[in-house]
Amino acid sequence: MSATTVSGRLPQKARVLKDIQNYGVYLALVVLIVVAVALNTSFLSASNLRVQLFQLSPTLLVALGMALVIGTEGIDLSVGATIALSAAVLPLYLGYGLGAALALALLIGAVAGAIGGSMVAFARVQPIVATLSLMIGLRGVAELINGDAAKPVTAQSLLSLGGNSAAGVPWMAWVAIVAAAVVAVVMRRTTFGRQLVAIGDNRQAARLAGLPVRRVLVTVYVISGILAALAGVLVVGHGAEADPANQGLNMELDAITAVVVGGTPLSGGRVRVLGTVAGALFMQLISAVLTQHDVHTSYTQIIEAAIICGAVYVSRERGSR
Amino acid sequence: MIPTQAPAPDGEPVLEVVGAGKTFAGVHALRDVSLSLRPGEVHALIGENGAGKSTLIKVMTGVHRPDTGTVTLAGRTVAFTTPLEAQAAGISTIYQEVNLIPLMSVARNLFLGREPRRFGVVDTRAMNRQAAQILRGYGVESDVSRPLHTLGLGAQQMVALARAVRIDARVVIMDEPTSSLEPREVETLFSVIRDLRSKGVAVVYVSHRLDELYAICDRVTVMRDGAVVHTGELAGLERLKLISLMLGREMSEVRREGATAFAADGHDRQEDQPILEARDLAVRHKVNGVSLSIRPGEVVGLGGLLGSGRSETAKAVVGAIATEGGTVSVAGTAMTRRSPAAAIRAGVVMLAEDRKAEGIIPSLSVRENIVLAALPRLSRGGIVSTARQDEVVTYFMERLGIKASGPEQRVSDLSGGNQQKVLLARWLCMNPKVLLLDEPTRGIDVGAKAEVQSLVDELAREGLGVLLISSELEELIEGSDRVVVLKDGAVVGHLEGDGVTEQALLAALASSGADGADGDVPGADGDVSGADGDASRAEETR
Repeated sequence: MSATTVSGRLPQKARVLKDIQNYGVYLALVVLIVVAVALNTSFLSASNLRVQLFQLSPTLLVALGMALVIGTEGIDLSVGATIALSAAVLPLYLGYGLGAALALALLIGAVAGAIGGSMVAFARVQPIVATLSLMIGLRGVAELINGDAAKPVTAQSLLSLGGNSAAGVPWMAWVAIVAAAVVAVVMRRTTFGRQLVAIGDNRQAARLAGLPVRRVLVTVYVISGILAALAGVLVVGHGAEADPANQGLNMELDAITAVVVGGTPLSGGRVRVLGTVAGALFMQLISAVLTQHDVHTSYTQIIEAAIICGAVYVSRERGSR
Repeated sequence: MIPTQAPAPDGEPVLEVVGAGKTFAGVHALRDVSLSLRPGEVHALIGENGAGKSTLIKVMTGVHRPDTGTVTLAGRTVAFTTPLEAQAAGISTIYQEVNLIPLMSVARNLFLGREPRRFGVVDTRAMNRQAAQILRGYGVESDVSRPLHTLGLGAQQMVALARAVRIDARVVIMDEPTSSLEPREVETLFSVIRDLRSKGVAVVYVSHRLDELYAICDRVTVMRDGAVVHTGELAGLERLKLISLMLGREMSEVRREGATAFAADGHDRQEDQPILEARDLAVRHKVNGVSLSIRPGEVVGLGGLLGSGRSETAKAVVGAIATEGGTVSVAGTAMTRRSPAAAIRAGVVMLAEDRKAEGIIPSLSVRENIVLAALPRLSRGGIVSTARQDEVVTYFMERLGIKASGPEQRVSDLSGGNQQKVLLARWLCMNPKVLLLDEPTRGIDVGAKAEVQSLVDELAREGLGVLLISSELEELIEGSDRVVVLKDGAVVGHLEGDGVTEQALLAALASSGADGADGDVPGADGDVSGADGDASRAEETR
């Protein structure tokens, strides 16, 4: 304790590392954009950016929920399957209007999250196991509901949600931006946000401080489920078909990647919302840049893996406690 | 009980530690410690938390290498670099925590790494037969092909014991072996120990239960602050003397002033109904029918040696651990739901002993740590009111003198004393009626200690009921209006008024059995709260 004085100054090296931990993802994003523009000036064209936003939005929605779950020292592998479930349910109720179908999809996402969250909070199943079982089971249910073939979607309201833009920005992106803003406010200003972080950082202390640990845990997974279901709606709208066998595949991994690259530690106790947005954006753009320059997919994957390793290395908890 | 036909414990020592010193980050864990074990003796090793017992054991078993001094086994100087080498040389250790594989069968656990083989594969039938035979000697009669975890904790401990006590063991070190044993199992353990003694094995027996020590041990080594303060025959040593050696108090030099910041006079406690009343609290293996009551404006001390169930009693009161029985009522109203959250709502809060594991949220700021429990009260519609929050934080940082660069500073960057004040602030801003303080001044610097002590005084004056747990006699005696003394999970004494003295406390601690107690406790039923106490103390002082 004598090493840490009241002013909290850190040695030079630790401070540099801490800065990288805090701002590295933004710096990397700026560098990436500069390089991309230098290589290809049309990178910043409105049409290209719009394409990127279409692809980014569902991932970002899922990543926001994932960031909250990871903040509680958990993980939610079921989000990809929840997208599929949402996609399977949506066409069945579009006849009652987009509002009804959307509400139902979100409700189902909430239920899926509540199941996972209850397993974690009440049955004390490890999050990875609880959500892994849901990941497998829910996709099965989704495919059962939908049947074998992908169903085309023709409801105009849903198609425009998935394809049209407002003020030059896709509706999907607006949804994701609003979601990110709401999550940021929740984390910054609400009791729930504080409790979430406290539980992720030191669950025993949080319990002894009288925090509603179980309620917060279940709520976090419910939020993750709702955001995943919302992502599912956008995916269906954008693709103009419901295809539970393929939609949302590996989405949980993309989301985890975005969260980790954004600087949120997997050990919990910290949620970086803006970092997650930057992380998702960074991963989207890097794969876009590599693809546009005809780098083979294999190399793209290897480069992405290296980025993840670097991000985990930087964000790992140092023995400062 | 003195051994009758044990071999005379003299002759060449089998294991000898001479002048061992060990420093962790500048803190002396061991200073010039010498210990010699003769074949066929049961040697008690005792001392409070931080005395250096665990470190000494780790030096003997090859976990740590001493900075100075030597370890000699059967006349040869040895320098074990791994625990495995020590084991191979015949030093077996049984830890308090069972280190076995829960899902494997009992027999597999017993023979792990040395299974009987036939044609190159494990001969399960022979293994099971031998295992059953061996374990019968330890009083374990269950089916050895069952997974280990299906056995009771005591039986598991016996399996661990049987595994550790190999044919070729020359020294067996038992660290709190009875912590999870039932009285009957303790008897079995004792007969195993007597058997070892008759075979000429030296046994090191670490325990806080004096009754057990007197029942089974021949000699005793008492450690304090990393040094040996006494070695000798146990039989002729008075209990009172043993305790004063352990706690570092000469009976004659009981001082009564100047050491703490508590006011000398008692609190003007209103003679009204107790604000907190706990009846017959029971926690498995730890607390056995403890009752206590606290009136408003009163500081009630909870005394007892390490492992007497002090912390568990406090935790049971606030519902932080599962109880097997007992009731708690606050201001006359019985608490039906037992959880920390419910206790807090009722106005009973507990400052936990382990600041790091159970107190602070390390990556949050001072401000967020202070208001953690009070968040719902400082929010409207789930949104935290910055103004009200800052008001509370400013007030308590000032009142308690929390030294931080500002409310934004991460709590883990503060000194131990300031962290403790942050936690006190967390509870005080809940406007509690009863404050349970578990070792509130442990591991904090002298200045902060005095501040915390006078704060406790002040709070009691303001009408708060306080339960004070402390291992420091001075703090307990001078800080408390009354003292309830625990031993092996039961109340063994009440000190009141002029009777609150160190002498009376030591006498109560030394009493054998549970005379005049609220519950009867077999010597075997207490708890043990930390074999790693030594290490954690070293860390705190760092």
